[in-house]
Amino acid sequence: MKKIVLSCLIIVLVISSIVLPDGCRRKPKDKDRIVIGLAVPSLSHPFFIYLKKNITDEAEKLGVDIIAADAEDVAARQMSIVEDFIVRGVDGVLISPIGADSLVPAVKSLNAAGIPVATVDRKVNGGDVLVHVGADNVEGGRVAARYIIARLGPDAGVIQIEGTPGASPAIDRKKGFEEEIAKTGLKIVASQTADFNRAKGMSVMENLIQANRDFQAVYAANDEMALGAAEALQARGMSTAEIILIGYDAIPDALVYIKDGKLNATIEQFPGKQARQALRILVEYIRDSKIPPASEIYIKPLAIDADNLDQAERKLE
Amino acid sequence: MDLIPKFMRNSVLLIVRSYGIFVGFAVVVIVVSILEQSFFTLDNLLNIVRQSSIHGVMAVGMTFVILTAGIDLSVGSVLALTGIFCASFEHAGWPVYLVLLTTLSIGAAIGLFNGLVITWGRVTPFVVTLGTMSIARGFAHIYTGARPISEFGKHFQYIGGGYFLRVPIPSLVFLAVVFIAAFVLRYTRLGRYTYAIGSNERAARLAGVNVGAFKITAYVICGLTAALGAVILTSRLNAAETTAGAGYELNVIASVVIGGTSLMGGRGSVWGTLVGALLIGTINNAMNLLLISSYWQLVVRGSIIVAAVLLDRLRQE
Repeated sequence: MKKIVLSCLIIVLVISSIVLPDGCRRKPKDKDRIVIGLAVPSLSHPFFIYLKKNITDEAEKLGVDIIAADAEDVAARQMSIVEDFIVRGVDGVLISPIGADSLVPAVKSLNAAGIPVATVDRKVNGGDVLVHVGADNVEGGRVAARYIIARLGPDAGVIQIEGTPGASPAIDRKKGFEEEIAKTGLKIVASQTADFNRAKGMSVMENLIQANRDFQAVYAANDEMALGAAEALQARGMSTAEIILIGYDAIPDALVYIKDGKLNATIEQFPGKQARQALRILVEYIRDSKIPPASEIYIKPLAIDADNLDQAERKLE
Repeated sequence: MDLIPKFMRNSVLLIVRSYGIFVGFAVVVIVVSILEQSFFTLDNLLNIVRQSSIHGVMAVGMTFVILTAGIDLSVGSVLALTGIFCASFEHAGWPVYLVLLTTLSIGAAIGLFNGLVITWGRVTPFVVTLGTMSIARGFAHIYTGARPISEFGKHFQYIGGGYFLRVPIPSLVFLAVVFIAAFVLRYTRLGRYTYAIGSNERAARLAGVNVGAFKITAYVICGLTAALGAVILTSRLNAAETTAGAGYELNVIASVVIGGTSLMGGRGSVWGTLVGALLIGTINNAMNLLLISSYWQLVVRGSIIVAAVLLDRLRQE
């Protein structure tokens, strides 16, 4: 009895792990079409899913094929994905590196194989990259600071909720924000990390409310943390009229919160536009050897609030 | 060594051995209270209990598993998957009690799967639950396409955000779960056999205990509490995310171990787990209040885990 159940279980597990993913696998269409390998840090994070969707839409328009693989946020895995791309002989690679330094060897081996590479959103610190299209996170931090400065008195207190320690967007968003705040009389009364995570954003906000520091504004380095903080502030009866709360990334949930008056603003970096542009430049180079106008292209971040919600790239659902 | 008289050394050792965790907890509370006056206030203490309630509830289930000398690494992923189910049931307009019942059943079912494979398949719990960890996370991503589900009804939000006589509901749930578990472990056959299996599985088997059934029950309880954690988290955050609970297993297992339950099984209590979970919550809260740098927070958390294990070692000698 036990053995039968056990073997059934094993058979089901094995069959399902072979059959299920196969149904979802994309079949290669055409041999002569340009194939672009896409290596993003993770395909389980909404941001990168959105990035991938924009890239596949644009690829459809350009008439090229995309093959993508999930690196599950592990640099070594992303490295081997790129190596697999080389073995498969892709025509170009679009990459958003997990680590700026850890993916340098991958770019170098692409260079050695003569495969052009473009980076989007995040940069690589070495090797020859055709173009980098990204957002200036330092500038985004400054934009967030200016939004707060324009709405507060000269000596108000500000709380900063930082991203994952060591992550480059966390470092840059913090740098730009603090730079701009330092120019004014505003004071950062507390600066704590919540690892870009919603649940942690809520606990950190709750704890800082407990600390009773005098603050009139909260800047969270991404929307996830901002939404967690919003729930904590709401629960304390602190409205967005008293406390200015600003997030970062303009994710759909954040737009809903802005519409409902639970969040004041967020910073839009137009990731879809970035991704489309990077792919276009890469394909034009492969097809017509067209050299891009600049080796680094930055899209200007914009503060989105209730007045210009329609300018957000991802619309309200 | 001779600087400290022998009788004093012995009595210090004795206190550390039997009440180590409680003494440690008291020391932390006293020190932080002196350093930061907003810490020892009713509001903040309730806040800490509420913040500890999610990993705390899960740690109670984990205590059962660890008492049988097992381990369940899948709790964080089970939290994500059941949270997603919970959110979609709530969105489908199900009554709250049905949402709760179904979510908890799914958690229990995953625990049952773990238990069956471990006992019938005779595979080490570490490997089985490592597999489930990945499977559950995968299904969570598949089910929603990795998109978060947010915005729930008032009744459902009450579970995580409501108060009963000024006490946050999650804290009450946590304490209730601890009391029930303490009763079960102390006075029921299930509890006594759980200890018996952990201390000496062979002896328990020879004494006629149905070892398999009671082991499976431990994993079912662990799955159940993970689902309960999911309900609280989803309700508190007003959102369910597929990335929720990543790394929670660390906090959960740490709560149990810090609470003095031996990873070898057979020794420990949920009261220890209660204090362990509160200690982790307190440390996180205190580090926010004291504005400790995020880099040092990692060092502090890790040191406490190592210290707790060493304490356990000391107790065995």
